[in-house]
Amino acid sequence: MKKQGSDSNPVPVLPVLPEPLKDLKIKYTKIFINNEWHNSVSGKKFEVFNPANEEKICEIEEGDKADVDKAVKAARRAFELGSPWRTMDASERGRLLNKLADLVERDRLILATMEAIDGGKLFSTAYLMDLGACIKTLRYCAGWADKIHGRTVPMDGNFFTFTRHEPIGVCGQIIPWNFPLVMFIWKIAPALYMGSLIKEAGFPPGVVNIVPGFGPTAGAAISHHMDIDKVAFTGSTEVGKLIKEAAGKSNLKRVTLELGGKSPNIIFADADLDTAVEFAHIGLFYHQGQCCIAGSRIFVEEPIYDEFVRRSIERAKKYTLGDPLLPGVQQGPQRKTEICLAYVVFPGELGGEGERLASSSKTSVICFSQTTKIDKEQFQKILELIESGKKDGAKLECGGGPWGDKGYFIQPTVFSNVTDDMRIAKEEIFGPVQQIMKFKTVDEVIKRANNTSYGLAAAVFTKDIDKALTFAAALQAGTVWGEYGLHEYTEVKTVTIKIPQKNS
Amino acid sequence: MAGGKRGGCPDAAGGVTIWVGGVPLREAVTTQAGVPIFINNEWHDAVSKKTFPTINPATGEVICQVAEGDKADVDKAVKAARAAFQLGSPWRRMDASHRGKLLNRLADLIERDRAYLAALETLDNGKPYSVSYLVDLDMVVKCLRYFAGWADKFHGKTIPLDGDFFCYTRHEPVGVCGQIIPWNFPLLMQAWKLGPALATGNVVVMKVAEQTPLSALYIANLIKEAGFPPGVVNIIPGYGPTAGAAISSHMDVDKVAFTGSTEVGHLIQKAAAESNLKRVTLELGGKSPNIIMSDADMDWAVDQAHFALFFNQGQCCCAGSRTYVQEDIYHEFVERSVEKAKSRVVGNPFDSKTEQGPQVDEEQYKKILGYISAGKREGAKLLCGGSPAADRGYFIQPTVFGEVQDNMTIAREEIFGPVMQILKFKTIEEVIERANDSKYGLAAAVFTKDLDKANYVSQALRAGTVWVNCYDVFGAQAPFGGYKASGNGRELGEYGLEAYVEVKNVTIKIPQKNS
Repeated sequence: MKKQGSDSNPVPVLPVLPEPLKDLKIKYTKIFINNEWHNSVSGKKFEVFNPANEEKICEIEEGDKADVDKAVKAARRAFELGSPWRTMDASERGRLLNKLADLVERDRLILATMEAIDGGKLFSTAYLMDLGACIKTLRYCAGWADKIHGRTVPMDGNFFTFTRHEPIGVCGQIIPWNFPLVMFIWKIAPALYMGSLIKEAGFPPGVVNIVPGFGPTAGAAISHHMDIDKVAFTGSTEVGKLIKEAAGKSNLKRVTLELGGKSPNIIFADADLDTAVEFAHIGLFYHQGQCCIAGSRIFVEEPIYDEFVRRSIERAKKYTLGDPLLPGVQQGPQRKTEICLAYVVFPGELGGEGERLASSSKTSVICFSQTTKIDKEQFQKILELIESGKKDGAKLECGGGPWGDKGYFIQPTVFSNVTDDMRIAKEEIFGPVQQIMKFKTVDEVIKRANNTSYGLAAAVFTKDIDKALTFAAALQAGTVWGEYGLHEYTEVKTVTIKIPQKNS
Repeated sequence: MAGGKRGGCPDAAGGVTIWVGGVPLREAVTTQAGVPIFINNEWHDAVSKKTFPTINPATGEVICQVAEGDKADVDKAVKAARAAFQLGSPWRRMDASHRGKLLNRLADLIERDRAYLAALETLDNGKPYSVSYLVDLDMVVKCLRYFAGWADKFHGKTIPLDGDFFCYTRHEPVGVCGQIIPWNFPLLMQAWKLGPALATGNVVVMKVAEQTPLSALYIANLIKEAGFPPGVVNIIPGYGPTAGAAISSHMDVDKVAFTGSTEVGHLIQKAAAESNLKRVTLELGGKSPNIIMSDADMDWAVDQAHFALFFNQGQCCCAGSRTYVQEDIYHEFVERSVEKAKSRVVGNPFDSKTEQGPQVDEEQYKKILGYISAGKREGAKLLCGGSPAADRGYFIQPTVFGEVQDNMTIAREEIFGPVMQILKFKTIEEVIERANDSKYGLAAAVFTKDLDKANYVSQALRAGTVWVNCYDVFGAQAPFGGYKASGNGRELGEYGLEAYVEVKNVTIKIPQKNS
């Protein structure tokens, strides 16, 4: 294909990677309500550990029901008719979000360092990908603020009818280790730091409130609260069910959930093998395998199966594990974290933090949950699933156990000859464990790919246009990728296809 | 000031210094070659080497010379724009979000240079500095930021077509857009044009008004500084019959957008049809009715009706230039309006007390005085003003005519000056008919406390914008444009994007369609 025009892309793809900050002090450890910092009502605190070395980072105020109540009261007041937030021009809301994006850009190094220390995320990934996505998403949503249109409607009869798109009200947002897709992983420290930036940007008091705490206490207080209008939760399917139940039991608050996945990645014999191996690898191993959209069932067409497995093992063996702050490290420790790939934008209801801050006007109560016990729990769960793979008869090609003598590190692990009934093929592992299966025909793989209680994402690698479009329709997943690209994460299915060159 | 030397650096040699309140601003270009033409992010003299003067309307004096662009310069600019629009070019390959980022950066730079731009605007156009700074520049920045936000959000669709097909639309940029802008709001009209065009990925050849080229040419500097690739925006000072006509009849310009008089609008549309059927959008004149019902809040209505006519020295396409007052309140309304007009402060636009500056040039000045004569001649009652307001510059006294009848020249033709017409009406049905009885249809307003009247009148008026209990309320979010001879197409809002995209339908055969 002849390339027209200049080859040069005027947009620099990534900024230069700086060194992570040394001796970073965690400044913000309290509960953020009404643009102020509060101790917990109970006086309790909890500890935050660095999963790379199990050392304590700091103590954080532990929020519980009483703190959630305070936050909801503050949010409700900020939402009153006639309040600064309610009477603010929509374009001004957009301006505040852009200001917040400016501040995140200013403090990018601090936030990325915090991410790596607190979350075990690779510093390079945190700085380049997650922070980049965070900033872009905030700016994207800032642009929408004054563009959410209602309609005028030609009703029968002598009437003037129009719709207004009003804010929902007080939104409870329960986030696990990361902010879904829009922001990078917000662990406690970076999230509380954001509170300071939200205040600095000029958001009125009470519009955003942040309550660190545990799921069964603070999280449950939110999902059961009688004065919260909507709850948005990202996390495991198991807890998602609890949230929905609590909403039903309390005030029928609206619920949106972003849960787990066991996403199929389908590789046809006509795919570019190098590309497919590489993206299948990244699709699983990115962020220590801790992605809700991880391509954790790789279906490879029979003719290329053996070669694909061979190359995947080679690729997995290349990994360097270690302290996520150090350059050259490709895999950090496990964490009870959930990430979705960066660059995701939420124009629709399934919002990430940026969208949550942006769309219409929303006041939020945000809660986190974390302990080191859970990290260890997660670590052990992954090992247990690896054992089950061996026991169920899958072929362990490399890895298969812990790494190092400190921190929660797991070797990059590859299983081949995986069959659909094995636990490793059915359950979400959330770790660096890759499953490779074989298939023969299109109809067969469609059935097998869809045969799951999940339906988060899916991918297909092929050069054949008919196959690509067939799968775009056939796969029951919210996001279907054809190879690699930027993705939108919406309630309807998003299909993203790689092309040689994009032109406007 | 736009850079004199090639390469765009301001040059002190032989330049004109612009003073604001005793403080010198940046120096202008050499008076020899004049402020140059902006093509491909570079500065060019006119191919003919000709220049023309731009005048300070407050004094009648020449500010400086400006390169006079003509057909040859338009050809150069169109070539540069076309090259920048090639498939695979940096501009075509750029992420839409990055286009938005560049627009936001341009807005940042305008904010940075706000005071300078406002001073330049006032110097060249004559509008009071306080208004340039607080209103024009504010709206410019907001407009650019608004469209920056749209850059990556103007979605095409996927469509459930009958048959085994996958069908979707792409919103592609139209291509090379000729944009011809007027002199009444030089910077704002530039922003209204650049915002949607650049957000959607087009390339631009812009002809700025010969009366007010300076501020728009300064923006060219900022466009380059913001990082727009060369050729994406090209700005040509020059005259309508030469440079403007060259654009509207150019065989390689895909679309022309024009804001100006209805008379020239006809010419543009004709030229487009006779050349290559380029797409045309027009924002033309108006003779907008402002209807004051007897139950209106009198103080507010008088205040707003005054503002509706006299704002910007009466030089608004949407000026409320037919003020219809219901007979019960007619006399009091007229009395108060005259009082208000008499107290309007006319003077040096750099003086903070000034409310009204000069008209933009001698041609407009003479034309307005001509209309005032016609008004007197045809029997309208001159209640105040009616004469020049100073010995130097193009100042005209705020003028009010009462007892105006619909068939008078001053009630039918666009005056574009500080001349208010007040007419009397009896019933709501009558005034709707009279208000609509115009070849124009740009804007209209109604002042009333009654909900039913407000709804009824706003539905009945054939105008692109209807204001209720207010006037001249603008926002980048809301569309603006005319019915009938006031133009076609809408600017601003989401609607403003439509004229700048071509919708491409892509339909692909698939083995089996599933919903």
